Amino acid sequence: MNSFLMHWTFAIPEIWVLTMACVVLLTDLFWGDRLRDLAAVLTVLTLIGAAVLTIFEMGQSGTAFAGLFVLDPFTNVAELFSYLAVLMVVLYSRRYLVDRGIYRGEVFVLLLFALLGIMVMVSGGSLLSIYLGLELLALSQYALVAFYRDSVVATEAGLKYFVLGALASGMLLYGMSLLYGLTGTLDVRDIAGALVNVSATNLVLVFAIVFIVAGIAFKLGAAPFHMWLPDVYQGAPTVVTTFLASAPKIGAFALIIRLLVDGGYGMLESWQQIFVALSLVSLVVGNVIAIAQQNIKRMLAYSTVGHVGFLSLGIVAGTEAGLASAFFYTVVYVLMSLAGFGMIMLLSRAGFEAERIDDFKGLAQRKPWYAFLMLIIMFSMAGVPPTVGFYAKLAVFQAVIAAGYVWLAVIGVLLAVIGAFYYLRVVKVMYFDKADAETGIVVRDDLASTALSINSLALLVLGILPGPLMAFCFYAMQGVI
Amino acid sequence: MAHSSLLSYAIWVPIIGGLLVLAVGDRRAEAARWLALLVSLAAFAVTIPLFTGFDTRTAAMQFSERVAWIPSLNIFYHLGIDGISLWFILLTSFLTVLVVISSWRNVKERVAQFMAAFLIMEGMMIGVFCALDAILFYVFWEAMLIPMFLIIGVWGGPRRVYATIKFFLYTFLGSVLMLVALLYLYYHSNSSFSLLVFQKTPLGMTAQILIFLAFFLAFAVKIPMWPMHTWLPDAHVEAPTAGSVILAAVMLKMGAYGFLRLSLPIVPDASHKLAWLMILLSLIAIIYVALVAIVQEDMKKLIAYSSIAHMGFVTLGFFVFDSVAIDGSIIQMLSHGFISAAMFLCVGVLYDRMHTRNIKAYGGVANVMPIFAALMMLFAMGNVGLPGTSGFVGEFMVVLGTYQVSPWAAILAATGLITGASYTLWLFKRAIFGGVTHPEVAGLKDLDGREMLVLGTLAAFTLLLGLWPAPFLNIVHSSVQHLVTQVSLSKIPA
Repeated sequence: MNSFLMHWTFAIPEIWVLTMACVVLLTDLFWGDRLRDLAAVLTVLTLIGAAVLTIFEMGQSGTAFAGLFVLDPFTNVAELFSYLAVLMVVLYSRRYLVDRGIYRGEVFVLLLFALLGIMVMVSGGSLLSIYLGLELLALSQYALVAFYRDSVVATEAGLKYFVLGALASGMLLYGMSLLYGLTGTLDVRDIAGALVNVSATNLVLVFAIVFIVAGIAFKLGAAPFHMWLPDVYQGAPTVVTTFLASAPKIGAFALIIRLLVDGGYGMLESWQQIFVALSLVSLVVGNVIAIAQQNIKRMLAYSTVGHVGFLSLGIVAGTEAGLASAFFYTVVYVLMSLAGFGMIMLLSRAGFEAERIDDFKGLAQRKPWYAFLMLIIMFSMAGVPPTVGFYAKLAVFQAVIAAGYVWLAVIGVLLAVIGAFYYLRVVKVMYFDKADAETGIVVRDDLASTALSINSLALLVLGILPGPLMAFCFYAMQGVI
Repeated sequence: MAHSSLLSYAIWVPIIGGLLVLAVGDRRAEAARWLALLVSLAAFAVTIPLFTGFDTRTAAMQFSERVAWIPSLNIFYHLGIDGISLWFILLTSFLTVLVVISSWRNVKERVAQFMAAFLIMEGMMIGVFCALDAILFYVFWEAMLIPMFLIIGVWGGPRRVYATIKFFLYTFLGSVLMLVALLYLYYHSNSSFSLLVFQKTPLGMTAQILIFLAFFLAFAVKIPMWPMHTWLPDAHVEAPTAGSVILAAVMLKMGAYGFLRLSLPIVPDASHKLAWLMILLSLIAIIYVALVAIVQEDMKKLIAYSSIAHMGFVTLGFFVFDSVAIDGSIIQMLSHGFISAAMFLCVGVLYDRMHTRNIKAYGGVANVMPIFAALMMLFAMGNVGLPGTSGFVGEFMVVLGTYQVSPWAAILAATGLITGASYTLWLFKRAIFGGVTHPEVAGLKDLDGREMLVLGTLAAFTLLLGLWPAPFLNIVHSSVQHLVTQVSLSKIPA
């Protein structure tokens, strides 16, 4: 009886989000036309409620529903950051959606279902629940990308994403099925136990790990599995891009923790080597190709690939500190891309997407405050102190050097310098170039610009006092190994 | 212990003041100027007690502060100064006041942002000179690039974008490998980032050499040493006058300071082993770069190359591991801080009136601007190293110290005094002396009160340091003695 109740209490945040997603869907159906902001407001309330529920269950840990569900510090912390990411997306989105005539309840319902998918991935204790969460997230994302039907590029991006995403899910599922065949269990902890008796050179196991890592790499956006990323980031409406570049990365990181660490930590040496390669290729591909981009969304997409390369360094280390630094990097990356894409959204208006780098020309004269915020965002992405992006890089480099991969750190820092070049170019365009006449108008949106200011200044404040955030991420990884 | 947070004030007063200036906004330019002046004076005022309360008898760190900053990685907010850092802090806070005054009228666009950038940069530069935690050091070291990047890029000359991006990427590239070295040291010193712990960490020869090279890249780019110097002439030419002043007078010293604080004490064996390379590069800077300076047409470029040559004396002095030479190097840095600042300000004075820096466009300036010519004469003599000016003391001590270790290096370095005289005097002859050949020159007005104040103060310090260097040396001496002892002890584990 007691344990029965406990099962449900563990999953209260998930149940709450599921219920509210349905509530938003229904209320929007009935009153959506009259109360246009209803869905957005309810979504914000949902997120706040979920955060409160999650904070209440902090400190507890255990498994529920016969091992399908896991509650540990990582679950709590990752869920809190996911709520924050979705919250920021909702706060930034209103005017962008209204301008394009797609300010409809379904967007928010899909966001909530995607969030639920992430939550299930984060707290999944079995291959089944993890895959379920992944598909819930992925299907919501496909729909979100293609949501803006009037836009040809968005529809194209949605289709591409769907085809390639399905392929990646298939690979992941194939890897899982091999693992199941090998160990006879779906429970991740039991798999870890069963693998003790399996030789690391067992061909089936090698196949399983390769397929699973390939699937994860696709979801993270690590090269050479990054092909979908630039097209989808560029083609999707910026609201959706902002979402794609934020919370789902936490979900993808959860796949690593749940599948590779909880399940396959015994096979550390096998997947560590794959991550060395993934990290190297991502660093080079992301940072070098980004230089050639004229479209800022596409540039940030390639920079995402580069960031994934950096955070993989922490995974390569494979230690608790290494995973914690990779998680810290993920969280920082989420904060930075929320701000970066949020800025693009804020500067766009009906018929003007503000997505060419040249659209930022002379921003420092037209809108000095926004230019200053963008300056912080760019320097943070480049990893220049005193912004938080620097500490993210510092943490992963520290972990990878401690693990003995000094050469990998050297390559990493050199590519960080190459990366600095294209971020500097945005600063150069904003501060050193003269403004074009046509780019002068910025529509007021007080809520979004306040949220964006807080988001961007947080990058600076966390850069001066990074201690608490880092400690929080290290807390999340406590005892994960 | 009453002074325990003085260093924090020295760092944060200008930074917070700079943010206030930024808040005043560009529309209220006059208010921004006055506030900036006030902040810079306050920032200078808080650094004076560092001097008056300084204990010259000890080489230990003084005015220490230590607070946990990032506990997860064992990083501390750890500050402290010794005799080596003290003068650079004072130099920084003092020059910032002069820079604010000197840009009073000739910066007209985005005044508040301009002043704020300098004040914020001041705080960061002081931070570099008193950080005792490796990561704190690195944060200040890198953060400083952002304001300088903007100063050159926004208020610079026609090729400013090229120059500033080159400046940023060069220094960033140089520094990142230092970060790897610091992390490696962290891993080998029981997870501590304290520079003082690093100094005691035993290291094998290969590791030392690699760390030395990583540090070398960071510091050699900053100083800059030949052949990593090519960003400097570009940056100087395009930077606004005030930017050139801070760049030459303070930023270049950071690389040299890095050698003293990090390279020599942390990797002493590698420093000895690679000293020949450092001496060679220093001599090339002294001789070859000075020859390059002679043929320059642009006054700022000429002074930029002369800076590289003068910094060659500084690095030469470090790597003979002799306390007289290192004392001399530090005096040379201070002296160069005054003289190069003054020389760039002099060029700025001319540029404000004529809008060209080409030497050929001038000639006979002494006829119409006698006060200016007299002051510039003094600085030119300092640049040459004439006895009685500060330039003499440092170079003489370096050559003297070097002679005891390697007479040939000393003889070659001494030729630098001759080439130094040729480019400086030839510049002076062509620009200042002679008859007035250009009609524009005939209409020049002599210095106004503000310019006279700035240049006069610098002139006073140039003479003071030249005639009576004892108080300056007193402060650095015990720290340098300590450093020389540290460098002489091998850290290779037995």
